[in-house]
Amino acid sequence: MPAPTLPSENPAATVASPSGYAIEFDNVSIAFDEKVVLDGISFQLPRGETKAIFGVAGSGKSTLLKLAIGLLRPDSGRIFVLGEEVTHMPEQELFELRRRVGIVFQESALFDSLKVYENVGFRLMEEGVSAEETERRVREVLRFVELEGTYDMRPSELSGGMRRRVAIARAIITKPEVLLYDSPTGGLDPVTSNTIIELIVKQRDVYKTSALLVTHRLQDAFTMATHHFDQATNQMVALPKGQHGEVPMSFLILRDAKVIFDGDAHQLTASRDDYIREYIS
Amino acid sequence: MAFELELTSPIEVAKDFALAVQDYAVLSAESLANFFRRPLYMDDMLYQADLIGVGSLPIVILTGLSVGALLALNVASTLQQFGSITLIGRLVSRGMVTELGPLITGLMVAGRNSSGMASELGSMVVTEQIDAMRALGTDPTKKLVTPRVGATVFMLFFLTIIADLLGLIGGYGVAHLLFRVDTQQYWNSAWQTLVFRDVFTGLIKPVLFGFIIATVGCYYGMATQGGTQGVGRSTTQAVVASSVLILIVDFFVTKLIFAIFGYG
Repeated sequence: MPAPTLPSENPAATVASPSGYAIEFDNVSIAFDEKVVLDGISFQLPRGETKAIFGVAGSGKSTLLKLAIGLLRPDSGRIFVLGEEVTHMPEQELFELRRRVGIVFQESALFDSLKVYENVGFRLMEEGVSAEETERRVREVLRFVELEGTYDMRPSELSGGMRRRVAIARAIITKPEVLLYDSPTGGLDPVTSNTIIELIVKQRDVYKTSALLVTHRLQDAFTMATHHFDQATNQMVALPKGQHGEVPMSFLILRDAKVIFDGDAHQLTASRDDYIREYIS
Repeated sequence: MAFELELTSPIEVAKDFALAVQDYAVLSAESLANFFRRPLYMDDMLYQADLIGVGSLPIVILTGLSVGALLALNVASTLQQFGSITLIGRLVSRGMVTELGPLITGLMVAGRNSSGMASELGSMVVTEQIDAMRALGTDPTKKLVTPRVGATVFMLFFLTIIADLLGLIGGYGVAHLLFRVDTQQYWNSAWQTLVFRDVFTGLIKPVLFGFIIATVGCYYGMATQGGTQGVGRSTTQAVVASSVLILIVDFFVTKLIFAIFGYG
């Protein structure tokens, strides 16, 4: 079945404008050898919003995140992050920009030769922050992900879920303006997945961080669209029925290297596209 | 079971080789340029110096002594035929200081550390740790490659001096115990034969070899592709490439120095 083009569900920008968006992709394409992975991808991530990116395995979701942070360069098109074009930005300038962006890798990518506190405080130590201040902030952020007891442990001593939470702690310690999550709940049990989703919702609702969330689990994204973080009770709570989707949350679906849907939860559930209906059923 | 043989065109092979040489040259140049950029990562450099220098000491001691003793044993039989056994110190000294000391130490450290660097960095590549480092705003060349280059060059210089000295001691052991060469005669002849050219040759080589070992090891590590199998491949390639490069550079440096200082 050919990938349907749904103009109303794919509001792709044709002109790049580095205005108020946290991230903007303008007609971005990339291929590895002969295989086209992303073909003319365009979308915008408004500031403060979390956009969940779906697609089957190998559809280019992780590639999209690596393009956003400048770890890969597109073959064509333009990418803006926090108003700055990263498409041809020299690596040295990218290092500066990346200080304002956090990323959680699919397999956590913790430095296995370093302890948890060195992993989490890596960016602070690189910036020359004092040892006392680094320790204070590392403990604070480990408390945020409820892993303060792992301070002196090595990544090899942690479970998969704990490693993922340490990776989140490492990504958020400098309070970045944008967060990129690459399958943060992949391969985890439902309870641990829920803990991680709660952390992401907390980051979205409490710190208003813009985020791209790559995931295979539609239920995670729907949980995020139907819940908000209640600071008074310090937990994620369900929104009243009429307010579902009233949080800064959107969905983007990739298929055959193209965007076939970009919209909010209401638009997604109302979609009449067969592939999308099958995907969300 | 059928095997499919995939043929690659010579043009593709040449293109890949040219690209690899270009990437290697860029990495090498960056690793040097980083010595003049902040931060310098002195802690990492000291850690690597300990790993490379102190860690390689036992194998350098063993090979230095053995090579010196073997060299003495081999030249002794020829010298005896001409009744010139007293010249044994000269031959051992010159052979160790100008050639065997730097070469054997370089090859030993290449086998031990070039492979170690390739496997360590290769594992970091396949587990996305290098990407994570870049994403955290840190230049992996500056943080990982430059300290290894600095530490290897610095430590190989001193390891070679140690190997030279132990080679002379090994040679002395054979000369004195097996061929009854007088102690003073051996050391005087060993000392007096060395001229500036020999010492210069012996000390410039470890600097070049150290640079080759670290940059080749790091290059293959950083260029790793294809999971754990790729790490294994990188490790093997790093040892082979650094050893071959050391032998080639050794020949040309020796030739160049002889051309500059003369063969006398």
